[in-house]
Amino acid sequence: MSQVLKVDPSKKWTGPTRPYDLVKEIVIAVVVIGLLAMGLAGLFSSPDEKALTLKSWVAAAPADFAQVATGELAGTTGSAGYGAPYNSAAKGQHFGIIQLQDWAGVRIPINPANSFVVEPLLISNDPSAIAAVQTWQAASADQQSKWAKSYEDALTKAGDKSSLADPADAFGPVPAMIDGLSTMAASGALDGALLTSDTNLPTNFTKPMLFLADSDGYFGELATKQHLGGDQWGVMNETGSWPGQSWLWLFSFWYQIDPFKSSENADTIIMLMMGVLTLGLMFVPLLPVIRRIPYKIPVHRLIWRSWYRSQ
Amino acid sequence: MSGSWTGKVRRATLEKYQPEDLLPEEQPAYVASWIYIFGVATIAALVMLIASGLVLTLQGPSWWHTSSVGHYVNSVHLWSVELFFIFMVVHLWGKFWMAAWRGRRLATWITGVIAFMASIITAFTGYLIQTNFDSQWIASEAKDGFNSIGVGAFFNALNTGQAILLHVSLLPLALGIIVVWHIILVRKKGVVPPIDNDATIEGGS
Repeated sequence: MSQVLKVDPSKKWTGPTRPYDLVKEIVIAVVVIGLLAMGLAGLFSSPDEKALTLKSWVAAAPADFAQVATGELAGTTGSAGYGAPYNSAAKGQHFGIIQLQDWAGVRIPINPANSFVVEPLLISNDPSAIAAVQTWQAASADQQSKWAKSYEDALTKAGDKSSLADPADAFGPVPAMIDGLSTMAASGALDGALLTSDTNLPTNFTKPMLFLADSDGYFGELATKQHLGGDQWGVMNETGSWPGQSWLWLFSFWYQIDPFKSSENADTIIMLMMGVLTLGLMFVPLLPVIRRIPYKIPVHRLIWRSWYRSQ
Repeated sequence: MSGSWTGKVRRATLEKYQPEDLLPEEQPAYVASWIYIFGVATIAALVMLIASGLVLTLQGPSWWHTSSVGHYVNSVHLWSVELFFIFMVVHLWGKFWMAAWRGRRLATWITGVIAFMASIITAFTGYLIQTNFDSQWIASEAKDGFNSIGVGAFFNALNTGQAILLHVSLLPLALGIIVVWHIILVRKKGVVPPIDNDATIEGGS
């Protein structure tokens, strides 16, 4: 090999050059990549699994709907015990003394029992459901909780039933409320009621989605069948066999292994860790060991092999 | 020298760059490798993303559910984003193995990483606004991640309207600015020379 030309990489290159046409390169790239994207779209299309509604939920899984709705009254669902930004029922996730979730505060206030069950029933045209709500509202919080938890336990024991009789008079107005809510959902009125509770022409699906997301038995199972669960690398998956957000593989990876996957604070820990790793990637050129790797493992010999050959 | 704001802006921008650096007709002889394709391929995929995205905006976010043309345009958008990330990741790895931050190119590397992160966030909001089952599930899961670090109080993954507006306005604008900035830095600094030609190799930066 002849003497290798040594240059200061911060200075403008004064060695041999070759002809180059930047604009032509960009135009050719756009045409080729454009044809490739349009070809892939024609060949493989894209997935479109229909969105769920509260109406489709109660039609497909009435017992699950009744169970979750009763859980909202009993305060036992994920939303009811969530914490910030929806309510103050819990401190939420944290990492040591860092409680970012709690510190951000309740900025999207939602009381699931009222927002998902009581308020929609009050605007229904079902007199028996409205009367049941009035009985519910007149009772103490302790009594409400006893009724709702008793009915929730009974529904759990009954398994696949969406409505139960109350021979021991232990459930109070709850069965009538849940029956009324199920009827309202089946007509599609509940979707509208939750969507339009804050504004008439909404684009914010927080309330119906929070309610639906409390359903592990229906919503969660459908997602698992589509391999979208957190423990199925679901963060980077798409419905069907289409590629999803594969670039989130590292984010998804942590949810597959301990101690993260079994931690109650997994989201906080993984989000913060990914933040640190992102900063690490950003400052790779300043990291003593990492920045030397390209010199130690000479992949650059492959990249610039024609140039090295000419030297 | 004028102390006017206009003069200061001109000196800080236009006068810092030579036209032949921004739109070159020749490159150093070592700029001859398959790896260089991936930078321009990333830009080409971004052009396709913007073009297909603009067509999707014409009829609204639900159009593609009911129109075969809309579904096809959505598919082009999807495959463009898949290609975009494949090209971008290969470009990123290539630049790592080339130690492309050498010769005071730290800002070029950092703007590239910021563009990568901005792309991930922009793509994510795109997945949120599909208005189908997938977007419902992604939103319901993602809200927990955002809420867990306090971000959910300000960016609500369940608020489709917020995600739509971010996806078609602020995020692509921010991404576009970062990408342009990155490209200008690449053009201004020139393509980093091969490692073995680096007279300052021990410094490596």
